[in-house]
Amino acid sequence: MEAILEMRNIVKRFGDVVANDHVNLKVRKGEIHGLLGENGAGKTTLMNVLYGIYQPDEGEIIFEGRKVRFKSPRDAISAGIGMVHQHFMLVPRMNVLQNVILGYRTPSDPLINHKWVESKVEKLSEKYGIDIALYEVVMNLSVGEEQRVEILKALFRDVKLLILDEPTAVLTPQEVDSLFYALKSMTKSGLTIIFITHKLKEALKVTDRITVLRKGKNVGTVITAETSERELARMMVGRDVVMDVAKPEVEFGREVLRVEDLWVKDDRGGFAVKGVSFSIREGEIFGIAGVSGNGQKELEEAIAGLRTPARGKILLDGKDITKLGVEKRNEIAYVPEDRIGVGLAPSLSVLENLMLKDFKKYRKGLVLDYEKMEERAKELIEEFSVKTPSLHSPASTLSGGNIQRLILARELSRSPRLIIASQPTRGLDVAGIDYVRRRLVESAAKGCAVLLISEDLDEIFQISDRIAVIFEGEIRGIMERKEADYERVGYLMAGGLEVAV
Amino acid sequence: MVDAGFIASLLASSIRAGTPLLYATLGETLTERSGILNLGIEGIMITGAFTGFAVSILTGNPWLGVLFAGFAGMALAFIHAFFSITLKANQPITGLMIVLLGLGITGFFGRSYIGEVAVYINPIHIPYLSSLPYVGEILFTHDPLAYIAVILAAVLWFLLFKTRYGLEIIAAGENPEAADSVGVDVDRIRYISTLIGGFLVGIGGAYLSLAYAKLWTEGMTAGRGWICLALVIFSGWMPQRAVLGAYLFGGLDVLSFKLQATGVGISYHLMRMVPYVVTIVVLLFSVIRKRAAFGAPASLGVPYIRGRKQ
Repeated sequence: MEAILEMRNIVKRFGDVVANDHVNLKVRKGEIHGLLGENGAGKTTLMNVLYGIYQPDEGEIIFEGRKVRFKSPRDAISAGIGMVHQHFMLVPRMNVLQNVILGYRTPSDPLINHKWVESKVEKLSEKYGIDIALYEVVMNLSVGEEQRVEILKALFRDVKLLILDEPTAVLTPQEVDSLFYALKSMTKSGLTIIFITHKLKEALKVTDRITVLRKGKNVGTVITAETSERELARMMVGRDVVMDVAKPEVEFGREVLRVEDLWVKDDRGGFAVKGVSFSIREGEIFGIAGVSGNGQKELEEAIAGLRTPARGKILLDGKDITKLGVEKRNEIAYVPEDRIGVGLAPSLSVLENLMLKDFKKYRKGLVLDYEKMEERAKELIEEFSVKTPSLHSPASTLSGGNIQRLILARELSRSPRLIIASQPTRGLDVAGIDYVRRRLVESAAKGCAVLLISEDLDEIFQISDRIAVIFEGEIRGIMERKEADYERVGYLMAGGLEVAV
Repeated sequence: MVDAGFIASLLASSIRAGTPLLYATLGETLTERSGILNLGIEGIMITGAFTGFAVSILTGNPWLGVLFAGFAGMALAFIHAFFSITLKANQPITGLMIVLLGLGITGFFGRSYIGEVAVYINPIHIPYLSSLPYVGEILFTHDPLAYIAVILAAVLWFLLFKTRYGLEIIAAGENPEAADSVGVDVDRIRYISTLIGGFLVGIGGAYLSLAYAKLWTEGMTAGRGWICLALVIFSGWMPQRAVLGAYLFGGLDVLSFKLQATGVGISYHLMRMVPYVVTIVVLLFSVIRKRAAFGAPASLGVPYIRGRKQ
């Protein structure tokens, strides 16, 4: 099979950091080529170089047999390369049609020829099975539909090579299946696809060949049919990885958290949480699955004390804490979704961030007892293996995984009764993910109640004892993990209703 | 007395007083749609008023005055564009600088023009139509610039909502990153929108000195630039609604004179406050209703830097 794209010895530096270190990539015409690697392995950088967003410092790109140099996305698009970014590049207040033709010249330019666009989209829909209402405003679409608009945008420009950057991150399992189906049918019509992911299962499921990157370098390219999850993981991480967190049998104790008919408003004044009730016992991990933006943020903030509920009750160990401030809820540990904005004071030092909740304990007259604080901080850094240049470096200089360890160190060391962990492993590398999940399981084994809010179904299934699904602010079913399966949870996540059996 | 004749003359004057506001509001609407917040309208308007007046005296042609007022507005808008688009500076601060610059320069160079007489732009009474009872006076006794303003609103509406250019302007103001990712040159769009916007605001100023007040005095814009900023919000960034908004505010402006002439017992000074009070109310309302709900471009006032997380 001929190669449609060859990237040779690509080097891209950002200051002292080498994001791509002599990377090679060869993609064959008509295949789905997986680009696999952990966060920060240089996958997105490589694709941004290809798409003309970044200029490579060294190396060359050969597309369809010709050496090319793209100065901007416009050049890449006109050469026939399309990219669906991880964060969608859509204008929410415009309709689908307007988003599709943005930057494109229709035959009646500068007027917009709606008829022509409609008929072209119709042909594409038939060919690739992508169905979408052209005159719907984008902000009313679901995430899956938004993604279809992005793909349509690329197909509309007659791309030959389509790059998808972590396309499944925001989808429900059912949406993932239909995306994979659409991708396969696109390659049948001659399209070539580069599929960026850090999820091994997906790479195995949908690709023909896989190139693995690690720390900005090529590890190798394998044929999907001839490889295994274990081999890919070893290539990705550089050593053997244990894929499972051992979960000890825990006897559940007394009820720690009880939420009764909770209603919480979002920033726009509408109800984001609508009558949610549940309870968590000592030693139990209660997982809430759901696509982001279905009220998780408001729910966790209400329990943590950052947002006042409009109605309902929150009880901690039987005590009503609904109206108490954050400081009075010091038995709650909070690992927020927004680690840098909510979890840290990024410009303060590692030491100050570790002690953020304990300044009162270290008072010496009018000033703080830094000596004692340093002593304690050193212990914590050791215990939670936070890698930092020094105690006095700003917290913002730490890597994602170490930021999360820092937050865990501060929150878990205060022997909480309840831990709220929201998307606790999002964006972390394999080692970091493993560490965080292990810590949560350990804390539960010690008698903590854990509220785990996550989009990652693997995570929910791996460590939860009970699983609830949140959709549009409502809990759509609570089940024991043993009774739950992906199918059913995915169905509820997408807004399906539980049928009484 | 308040009778039909009074109302007709009030409405006709509303259009006259509203026309300079309309030019400036249309200009600022275009600028803001592309994502650039130009708070300098007051400074650009006064510069337009002075340039128009001076050029009319020097050349004897008021239309050349209008043209050069537009260019002067463009020049000030260029300063704003350079700072906020190329240098990614803070847009409100740059805008305020433009206000002070415009007021300062025109105060300095304008001193010798105070009390001078220029060649003005005069109303034309459209034959037959202008003699219709009431309607004739309201609609058909204005100068050409007043009619052009309405046509301009229609053109701008068409440009923004019916053409590819409009799509690109709106995308640059809503989500510049998305526009950039499909090959739209965001900086270029923002430059062009800001420059044309400045041109229109400058013409609004020239209308004040050459057609409305027919004189030049220092600081004669008297806060109209700020009113136009509120008008942009009031009209929800829609050119077609700007027409009504501008005439309404024009009406509030002339109401005080008209009522004084009829001897109604309300303090003149209180009446003079009305447009400004309404401006504050509009701004207050828009803050309470939240900008997004009101239709503000999502990236208004945010510099676009490629590759930076927005």
